Amino acid sequence: MTTPFSSIALVLVGSLIGSLGAIFLKSGANALSRDWKSIAFNWKLAVGVATYLLSSVLFVKGMSNGELSVLFPMVSVGYICTLVWSRLFFNEQITRAKLAGVGLILVGIVFLGLGNAQ
Amino acid sequence: MSPATILPEANVVDAANRRRAVLIVVVCTLIIPAAQYLIKLGANQLAAQKLALHQTGSVSLVAAMMGIFTNPTIFAGYCLYGVFTVLFIYALRHGELSILYPLISLAYVWVAIIAVVALHESMNPLKLIGIAIIMAGVTVLGRGGK
Repeated sequence: MTTPFSSIALVLVGSLIGSLGAIFLKSGANALSRDWKSIAFNWKLAVGVATYLLSSVLFVKGMSNGELSVLFPMVSVGYICTLVWSRLFFNEQITRAKLAGVGLILVGIVFLGLGNAQ
Repeated sequence: MSPATILPEANVVDAANRRRAVLIVVVCTLIIPAAQYLIKLGANQLAAQKLALHQTGSVSLVAAMMGIFTNPTIFAGYCLYGVFTVLFIYALRHGELSILYPLISLAYVWVAIIAVVALHESMNPLKLIGIAIIMAGVTVLGRGGK
């Protein structure tokens, strides 16, 4: 196994945290206008960036020991989290197609793990 | 009478904005493999530095945090992500998060190529299938938003 489980776990947790960052960025972007103050005093954008930083620290730690071709696709777990946050915070619908997408991503991650163990 | 014939101008502008948002995000996907390559190289350097100091165990969270700001290679990688983020925020103003976010899945192809070609990582059928299924899943997720 070229990529240890600890690195995979770090990237998965980092992705979950990063998906929260995307929600803050979206929320902050909704409040943007031509006025520079709408960027400078936008706390949601700031929280989004801070959340991304935390997620990046976990990602770099994970990446220091493992393969990019295994670890990078694992970030897709973040999309599943984003789906849940989008439903909770923006009331975007969870359709059957979206659920199918979630299932495919999970199956893909299992295959990646199996390929890594080979 | 369809809504399009009632408000033609607003719909044309809206559709054009959405198309532009999608185009920006597609261009964004080309930034990701370059950024990931630099971050991976830098992370390898952090591990090598730890080894050179005869320290055991993996790179600590603090070392990883410091590395993001003090390792020029990692820093350059994240600067590219900064460019990516600015473009992505701009694109988000014109489209739904659940549609634009999955579009980034194109980056999986570029990252897999750069991992094998530049980082000499192994590739096998199981990994390829995994990447392909993840891309399909991310695409289906995006379609589900419509």
